[in-house]
Amino acid sequence: MTAQSWGLLALFLALALLCVKPFGLYMANVMEGVPVWPVRVGGALERLIYRLCGVDPAVETGWKRYAVALLVFNVLGALLLYALQRLQFYLPLNPQHLPGPPPNSAFNTALSFVTNTNWQSYTPETTMGYFTQMAGLAVQNFMSAATGIVVAVALIRGLARHSAKTIGNFWVDLTRVTLYVLLPIAALIAVALVSQGVIQNFSPNKTVSLLQPVTYQQQKVNAAGNPVTNAAGTPVMQTVTTDEQTLPMGPVASQEAIKELGTNGGGFFNANSAHPYENPDALTNLIEMLAIILIPAALTYTFGHIVGDTRQGWAVLAAMIILFVPLYALCNHSEQLGNPRLTALGVNQTASSLQSGGNMEGKEVRFGIDGSTLFGTLATATSTGAANSMYDSYMPLGGMVTLFDMMLGEVVFGGVGAGLYSMLIFAIVGVFIAGLMIGRTPEYLGKKIESFEMKMSSIAILVTPILVLVGTAVAVSVSAGQAGPLNPGAHGFSEILYAFTSAANNNGSAFAGISADTRFYNIALGLVIWIGRYWPIIAVLAIAGSLAAKKRVPVSVGTMPTYGPTFIALLIGTVLLVGVLNFIPALALGPIVEHLMLWSR
Amino acid sequence: MTELPGAIFDAAAPRPRRAEALEGPGKSVLRPAIVLLLMMTVLTGIIYPLVITGIAQVLFPAQAGGSVITRGGKPIGSRLIGQPFSSAGYFWSRPSATTPQPYNGLDSTGSNLGPLNPALIQAVKARIAALRAADPGNTAPIPVDLVTASASGLDPDISLAAAYYQAGRIARARHLSLATVRGLIAAHAHHPWLGLLGEPRVNVLELNLALDALKRPAAVK
Repeated sequence: MTAQSWGLLALFLALALLCVKPFGLYMANVMEGVPVWPVRVGGALERLIYRLCGVDPAVETGWKRYAVALLVFNVLGALLLYALQRLQFYLPLNPQHLPGPPPNSAFNTALSFVTNTNWQSYTPETTMGYFTQMAGLAVQNFMSAATGIVVAVALIRGLARHSAKTIGNFWVDLTRVTLYVLLPIAALIAVALVSQGVIQNFSPNKTVSLLQPVTYQQQKVNAAGNPVTNAAGTPVMQTVTTDEQTLPMGPVASQEAIKELGTNGGGFFNANSAHPYENPDALTNLIEMLAIILIPAALTYTFGHIVGDTRQGWAVLAAMIILFVPLYALCNHSEQLGNPRLTALGVNQTASSLQSGGNMEGKEVRFGIDGSTLFGTLATATSTGAANSMYDSYMPLGGMVTLFDMMLGEVVFGGVGAGLYSMLIFAIVGVFIAGLMIGRTPEYLGKKIESFEMKMSSIAILVTPILVLVGTAVAVSVSAGQAGPLNPGAHGFSEILYAFTSAANNNGSAFAGISADTRFYNIALGLVIWIGRYWPIIAVLAIAGSLAAKKRVPVSVGTMPTYGPTFIALLIGTVLLVGVLNFIPALALGPIVEHLMLWSR
Repeated sequence: MTELPGAIFDAAAPRPRRAEALEGPGKSVLRPAIVLLLMMTVLTGIIYPLVITGIAQVLFPAQAGGSVITRGGKPIGSRLIGQPFSSAGYFWSRPSATTPQPYNGLDSTGSNLGPLNPALIQAVKARIAALRAADPGNTAPIPVDLVTASASGLDPDISLAAAYYQAGRIARARHLSLATVRGLIAAHAHHPWLGLLGEPRVNVLELNLALDALKRPAAVK
């Protein structure tokens, strides 16, 4: 790592930490109904929404009804998104007249965006019209983010309340998060991004002339528009020269802003945040990274504030940062070292004042190694799944970091809401383990952790590893699964493992060489995405309901404080223990063996 | 019940709320779900992007429209989207993995080749051979970005190292002095802000347009 690598990390973390307290407090106020000024400004619209929905904002519900409302809302969202895709040819704002994607692809995309996963098996430029992008995909960027946040808030309330029957009103929580948190911040980010070159328009694609014409080979097509092959089945190629380039257009900035802020990650373009129209320079890269971390980091303060002891929130945030820094360092170091096979060919990969050096396959010059690996580590650790570089072309250990970030269960900051509620589940498991060691009934924030909470925590933590490992095992065993990988050998296995890890943890990034737009992968990954999202959510809401109903145990000399270094170490240990035990064998078959092969000579 | 020392936990004591008597699914779930979904679709899916588009078109019309560069009134490309170059008299961009042609604006993609993939090594060898053939006397090690495909396939930049590596070839092909070409690179160079943010780089299209804007020697093809 270079001085610039550490400097960029320090700059990024410092800016992010500055936002934690004010923004965390703001979110706590919004969710607790404190009339801060944006709430007063939006009050009329908020009340109109409740009136049209027939919702009484003063009425709260228990966890079961909360969960039912959440599930119904999300299922309807998936149905609407599926319909918008399939019918896009008949809808407005489709200047390229793109047809609807096939059913299995639309099914996968619908589930993927509603669950905050944003796995994309399609190529956006040639698949999705502007209306589908903005009124379909981007709406779910907002709604899936709001869904994650309200689940976290419900769990926080479960911890903060005692002897209570209710955990909140889903409709009110969802509306408030959207109106007062997501929309205004996304709008600010969008305008900032446009100022730096992210596009925002409804024009059809633009054609410009090339400075130097380009000659290339492409497959011949017959009069009917079908590709021509010769008698042996090989494509017939022809040489073509063009002096034009087509520039894609669209309302990108508005979608880019919520894509990062909501830790969604679904790109307007195929190259995602590596595309110059999504992320034109190092400054937009920094803005996008800050947008990603803003809510997951600040929610720890929201948590501390609502439970009445901000030290609790800082402890969780400290654990996240301590897990994050070495992951970035390993990824950055591995990429900066470069590819020994290219060094052997006389390629200069050394960092200097004239180049970033390192492994630049699948990376953009304006981001270099530092901007790429920081974004990559962050986007995989936060379940964002955006990418400004191609993880498939990372060095084995650099790619393993992106994979391992997800395998930790998306708790290193994690997705908006999802990161915090998953981390709090690990905290519950952590105090349970500590309780077993010293022979006391475990408690967290004055609540006894009993059999029901442990069963639900186990479900929340173990569903995703099971989906990952069983899904990968099935895919490598059937021919439809084996047909997926682009790269040979261990790296091909990593591509499949990555796909299921990304889907089950609702990340959405990929070792993108895999051909996932097939019936097998669209359906298998769609189901994994769906189960990986809602099983843990139901378990978390059940814990919230159960904790809210409990009496509070008074603090005694035997109470383990859940802040301070001991607890932070316990929390980190629990996260690593679960992640490592579940996944080391699988990692050994993929990136680790690849690393040994690469450096063995 | 005994309370905790300090008022920390009671800071969040809930205000009086009415709890709903009925648990489990009921008729009141479907209406708010449908109405809220439709209202949010209008608000976040239509009004929000339209408002942002309006602001963008008023404040930053050039950026919002794609940062298109014109020469002689004709759009000649975008500052942000790279173009392929192969003649000796232009700076070459990075290799692009888009298909069927490089720098296809409708197919942004990286190669996704793993670091051990023989196809990657073959591709790099071929790129090295092409660079060496175009500049036989140049035996300097080749900067890595010049032989590796970018993530988007549309990378508008090359590193300063990659630009200086090509300076000799450009100078010969255009009958310019080496100092002129190197000066042009330096004039268009971007350096990291405060040594922290950004990378040493130069925009290839802008640099090549600047080359063309110099007094055009007859020999340039």
